[in-house]
Amino acid sequence: MLIAKRPLGITTAFEETAALAAGKIAPKLMNVDEYEREQGTPKIDWKEGVVAGVVLGSMLSARLSGDTNPPAVPETWRREVGPSRAVRYGAAAAGGALMMFGARMAKGCTSGHGISGTMQLSASSWIFTPIIFATGAFASRLLFGRKR
Amino acid sequence: MKKESLGKILLGLGTGTLFGFFLHKGSASEHHAISGQLRLRDSSVLKIMGTATAVGAMGTQILMRLGLTQAKVKPLNTGGIVLGGTLFGTGMAILGYCPGTNMAAMGKGHKDAVAGMLGMFVGALAFVRLYPSLKPLIEKGSMGKRTLPEVTRTSPWLWAAAISAAMVLLPKQLEGGKVGR
Repeated sequence: MLIAKRPLGITTAFEETAALAAGKIAPKLMNVDEYEREQGTPKIDWKEGVVAGVVLGSMLSARLSGDTNPPAVPETWRREVGPSRAVRYGAAAAGGALMMFGARMAKGCTSGHGISGTMQLSASSWIFTPIIFATGAFASRLLFGRKR
Repeated sequence: MKKESLGKILLGLGTGTLFGFFLHKGSASEHHAISGQLRLRDSSVLKIMGTATAVGAMGTQILMRLGLTQAKVKPLNTGGIVLGGTLFGTGMAILGYCPGTNMAAMGKGHKDAVAGMLGMFVGALAFVRLYPSLKPLIEKGSMGKRTLPEVTRTSPWLWAAAISAAMVLLPKQLEGGKVGR
């Protein structure tokens, strides 16, 4: 039960890597000193290993089962929004940015809150998880299904 | 990089690899996993999460009672949870992956997940930059690290049992409403 000993999450690694990169490249502009005063000095450890591992594990499984070369624009998106690659990539980047910003405000994601947090009966996780699925379902209704 | 952290990175890499392997095996690395869940067409993601929570809740209670693990409860920052959850849900709907399944989708070769990852990094940079001024908003209505049994003054075993029972009974209900992709 490694999972029970250390929280299994994805987004803390992104926050700390971003803080490290900002500290190296543009510490003044990014106000990194003040960030570190509040959040402590970020470091590369277990978390970053997990994120790299997820990419690697999925790649392994996909190669082993010959499930590679997926279409550039996912089927649902192509049918409901359109076939443009540029639109899909732009939307994916914007959605990813929004999602990450929200995850860091709440200190967790679908893994950290949705799985690790709920199993520890964290009250915060049991509030966060219904909120993400409810707002996600609402946003999906606005985004998809307009063509019908 | 310090030597002591290399072991931790490798341990994380191993755990992440298993997680990614199973995410792909369970088809959670596909766009339709999250987008289908949010459109209420396919409840696989909720079932995977619910099963992990049910098994994990029992496991966590047993390990904690044996003194083999400690809970790492996340703080209940009402402002951060409500605002962050709303942004998260909206972003997840547009991206069509959650953070974990986006990384798994990248591994499988989904190019839109690479764009998603770059966006996630930009989002993280923005958060780092704005964190000092966001902190009061995030911690608004903070109630500390609370668990459901603490808040309700009930036994954690009751919660673990109730979640397990719900996961045995609920999938059939969810299955009934399944429309297919």
